[in-house]
Parts: sequence; structure tokens; C-alpha cells
Amino acid sequence: MSETATTPAASRPAATPPAGPSYTGVDTSRQPVWRGLLRWEAALVVVLIAVLVFGSVESDTFLSSTTFFFTGLNMGEIAIMALPLLLIVMIGEIDLSVASMLGLAGAVMGTLYEHGTPIALAMLAALVVGAAGGSLMGLLVARTGLPSIAVTIGGLTLFRGIAEIILPNPTAKTFPTGLANLGVLPIPGTQLAWSAGCFIVLAIVTAIVLHATPLGRSLIAIGLQPEAAEFSGIRVKRITFWLYVLSGVVCAFAGILFTLKNSSASYGAGSGLELTVVAIVLFGGVSIFGGRGTVLGVVLSVLIVGALQQALTQIQVPAEVQNIITGALLLISVVVPNAADTVSRLRARARRTSAEPARA
Amino acid sequence: MTATATPEAPALARATRTSSLLRVRELGIAVLIAVVFVVATLKNSAFAHPHSIQQLLTGAAIIALLGVGETLVIVTRNVDLSVGSVVGISAYIVGMTFRDHPSMPVAFGFVLGILVGAVIGALNGVIVTVLRVPSLVVTLAGLYIIRGIDGLIVHGVTIDPGSIPNGFQAVGYKTVLGVPWLFLVVAVVVAVVGYAMRSYRAARDLYAIGSNPEAAELAGIPTVRRVFSAFLISGALAGLAGALFLALHAQVDVTAGSGYELLVIAAVVVGGVAIFGGSGTVFGAALAALLLNTINQALVSSRVSAFWTDAIAGALLLAAIAFDRWLSLRVARSLTSAEGAHRDV
Repeated sequence: MSETATTPAASRPAATPPAGPSYTGVDTSRQPVWRGLLRWEAALVVVLIAVLVFGSVESDTFLSSTTFFFTGLNMGEIAIMALPLLLIVMIGEIDLSVASMLGLAGAVMGTLYEHGTPIALAMLAALVVGAAGGSLMGLLVARTGLPSIAVTIGGLTLFRGIAEIILPNPTAKTFPTGLANLGVLPIPGTQLAWSAGCFIVLAIVTAIVLHATPLGRSLIAIGLQPEAAEFSGIRVKRITFWLYVLSGVVCAFAGILFTLKNSSASYGAGSGLELTVVAIVLFGGVSIFGGRGTVLGVVLSVLIVGALQQALTQIQVPAEVQNIITGALLLISVVVPNAADTVSRLRARARRTSAEPARA
Repeated sequence: MTATATPEAPALARATRTSSLLRVRELGIAVLIAVVFVVATLKNSAFAHPHSIQQLLTGAAIIALLGVGETLVIVTRNVDLSVGSVVGISAYIVGMTFRDHPSMPVAFGFVLGILVGAVIGALNGVIVTVLRVPSLVVTLAGLYIIRGIDGLIVHGVTIDPGSIPNGFQAVGYKTVLGVPWLFLVVAVVVAVVGYAMRSYRAARDLYAIGSNPEAAELAGIPTVRRVFSAFLISGALAGLAGALFLALHAQVDVTAGSGYELLVIAAVVVGGVAIFGGSGTVFGAALAALLLNTINQALVSSRVSAFWTDAIAGALLLAAIAFDRWLSLRVARSLTSAEGAHRDV
């Protein structure tokens, strides 16, 4: 955590629409930023505890190993996809093709397996397709400088479309029992779903890379100021390219897990999840403009969303309300940190208009 | 997210150059539509049947209308992801009102739809401009919240054609001199907004804001008010699109309009609107919506498996933005001498 604290002040307002006359920005933006960072993860912890308390008060079955297992099972793939997306958002880009890649990888694996390819080979092929799709996105974003939001919306449609072509109907052939069990049984001796276990391992790796290696520091540098990063010798384009490849492979991996969980592949798997994944990353305190965010924040965000979903489902709150709560959380997560800025900005403006340079 | 480093060279020359390029862009899309149309007709002559053409126009209308509002927002370097949810909730509220008050005049249905959308657009606008929260996050949250509220209102009850007055449904299928009403409504909106975007100062301000927010602010443009208006109009048009959705399908459930947000952005981007603001026209966006629909219909009529449509639409989208980039790089190169060899990503 102290790693993040030493980050050069990521002045959020700089990238947002006009920050007003700059002299008002100086005293408000510098210091509170890293303090705000610490506060954000702290706030997430508080929210998580509140959700846990709420769940256990409202439902007798909430604090049980079953709840824990199902949280992992439900959130596993989404959480896994959030990790590479975190890195991509850190450099100020975005990837909306993640859920389509999950579907495509599942479709590749399912088709091949149904046509007699050994399961191991089918899974490998899915990962290769993930790498290929990711490198297409990476090539277009990094080499041609196209806006990533447009490129990856193209990828979203393209990948889903290819999945639709190669696997028009869901697979019927059952997967080998040992593998299919990965999707429904916890890791032996624990109550952890396999996908959740994979997420934990990947999260630790991502945290180390992002917060404790020169590569991670350069991601933050790119996100804060790509030009400066380039001039300081960081290979911005190469890093961008490889992040998309990574995202493709990891999402394909999530697609494999997803397919095993459902014990069938279908081209529509996970459709619409891209925005959920983005919402989780942003709720975790990652700035959409890049340069600010932590793995811890994303992990907490995953836990909150997962626990809340379980709690609300157990007390039979309709899915619609869950949607509203997800959206509201996301909105609050950006409005609250900005509210302080807004107040001080409006105050400053009031001071200026009254033409009285009195200082509080 | 960096803006492209365009040469600051002679502004006027650039402006005319850009506008002629944009015209080329719209021309290019029109030519593509024609090519797709001719090829599809050669494969299946029924494609050129007036009825089939009417379907082409009707089918593209709603996305084109949403594309107009989205263009206004994207031109200011923002984005509105909530439009699909707005279509859904507006369609349902209008349908519900007709069901409960069958005597309500038809025109009120459209007014109500626009009002619902305008309220949501205003909320989006206020949060984005006053609280200075990135619009992507605000409207993404809006997408979930509105869809959730929609679900609560719908509560599993589908509005069926029986409760929609015939006069209202007529807008969805009736034609004037062979031209569908739905298309006419959208064409008028496109023409009005398109003209305003060329000729009115307030609308030109949107381009200035998108090109360089700081400079626009310093130049005395009321950026807050303008960006707010863009969101307001986008919401109102999405509300209107919801009412038209109801007129067209005469049936609404909770899934109405879901996923439209990305379709609309795809159309806008193919239509040549720069995703980082500052350039693009509503004509391009509307034509691109027509192009995407024509391709879809052509694939269906040529008996190409429906499974191909998504893949082709995706590939086309990527090709369109790549082509766009290539074009703008060429222009930039022809305008700058070797002196301005800035890194350009």
C-alpha cells in the first residue's frame, strides 16, 4: 500500500473537462490525492464490513461456507477478467471485448472438443485464440493509435460474431468428469471455488507486478502522462500491445472456466458482462483516465459486489434492485471523492465573484 | 487518453480541408450502402422490392435517431452509455400510460417519451458537468440504475399490442407516398440537428469544447451549459426513440433497447465521429446506422447464415476506424512540413 502512497500526485481533474482557472486547482489537488487513495480503499473496507453485517443480520444462512463458495463461483470469471482490465485502465485505455473473448474461447474449446479433439488441446487452442484476438486489439490500439474504446467495441462484436459462426448451437457432449467437477466443486479441503482460487493467485501476481516492479511503475507513468513516459524511455507502444495480448489470454482462460462451470459451451456465454467488469474496476477506485488504482481496490470491489449479490439474493431482493444498487454504488464511488473538489471549487468561485480575496 | 496532435497550422485551410474530408466520409458511406444494396439485389431481386426498402429505412431509424444524440455528446468529448436503457424505460412508461389511459391523445405519447428521456438526460448532464465526474462512469451507472428501475416498473408484465392505440402504432408501419413515417420523423430530426450543427454558434461550441476543453473555457464558451445541453438532447432523443420503439414493435418487455448503447456508438464511430470529440456530423452517424442495417438485411436476404452478421459488422467497424485513422494521418502529413514531426499517438 505504501507503494501507492508515493505515487506522484495523480491530479484527477487534469484529465477531466476544464478544471477552471488553474490557480484554484493548485491548493486543492496536490496533497489530498494520495490521501484520497488511502481513504478509498479504507472506505471500501468499511462498505465490505457493512455488507457483511447487513447480510448476516438479514439472513441466517449468510455467514456460511456455502455462501462463501457460491460467491467465489459466481464472481470467479468476472473477477479474473477484471485484473488485466485494471492494468489496461491504468495506462488510460479500455477493453470492452473481454466478455466476447470469454464467449469466443468457450466456443473454440467446445467445438474442438465436440469434434473429437483431446480436451487439453482444445483448451490450449482457446488460449491461443485469446492471444490472437488480444494481439489484434493490441496492434490496432498500440501501432495505429486508434482509440481503444472504438477498437474494442469492434472486437466485442467481432469476437462474439466469430463465436456465433463456429458454434451456432450449444455443445451437448459432456466434458471429462474430473474437469467438469472443477466448475461445481470447491478446491479440496477448502470452500474456495476453483475460479476464485485462480483469481487469488492471479491477483497476487498482478499486485506484485503493478506495485512492486519497474514494469508496474511504468504502467502508472504511462497512465499519468504518456508523452513523458515515452520520453523517459518507457516503451509505451510495446507495453500497450502486450497488455491487450495478456487480456485476451486471461479472458480466454476465464472462458475455459466458465465453460467448465456450465458444462457446456455456447456462443452467448457471458454476453453483456463487459460493462459489469468495467463497473467493478471503476468501483475499485481505478481512475478511468489512468495512472491511479490498486489491485487491493479491485479485490475489495469484487468482494463487495459478490457478497452484496449473495445477501440480496438470499433475502430475495429482485434482480432489478440489485441492478440499481450496483449502479448506485458505481455512481457514489465517483461522486463522493469528487464532491469535496466540487465544494471547494464552488466556494472558490463564490469568493472570486464577490471579488474579496479573504482566505478562510 | 491523449488527443491526437493535429497541426495548428492555418486554421481556416484546415477547417475547409476537414469539412471536405467529412463530406467524403459521408459520400463513402453512401457509396458503400449503394454497393451493398446492388450486390444484395443481384443475389436476391426481392431485396429491391419497395416493401423491403421500407423495412431497411424503418429498421435503421431508431439507431439513427439515437446516433444523433450520441453524436452531440461524443463531439464534446463525452459519451452517453445510458441511451439503451432510456429507450427501454421510455417505451415501457409510454406503453403503460396508454394501457391505463386508453383515451390519451397519440401525440401525448411522444411528448411523454421525450419528457422521460429529457429528465434522465438532465440528470446525466448535471452529474457530469457540476460534479465533474467522467461521463463514461456516470452513464454506465445510469445504464444499470435505469434498467433496474425499468425492471421494477415492468414487474414481469409485458405491454401487448392490444393496449396501444392504432393511431400510435400507425407511426410504426404507415407510409406517406411510400416513405415510412418512422423514417420521416427521424429524417426531420437528422436534418434539423445536422443544420444546427453546421450553422448555429451554440452547436459549433460543442466542437470547440471537444477539440480542446481548456481552450474553449478560456475562450468564454459556457462549457458547462453546452455539455449539459448535449446530454439533455441526447436523453430527450433517446426518450423519443423509446416512443418510436413502442410504435414500431407495439410490444415492450424489460429487455427493450438493451445493448443498443454499443450499437449506437458503433454507428457513430463508423459514421466518422471522432470518439475523442471535436469532429463528426450527425449525417455521418445516421448514414452509418443505415449502412449497418443494410448489411444485416442483405446478409439475411442473401441467405447468408444470420450467424455471420455480428462478425461482419465487427470487422467492418474495425476497418472503418482504421481507414479513418489512415486518412487523417495522410492529411496531417500533407499539412505539416517535416518540422512538426511530433510523436502522434
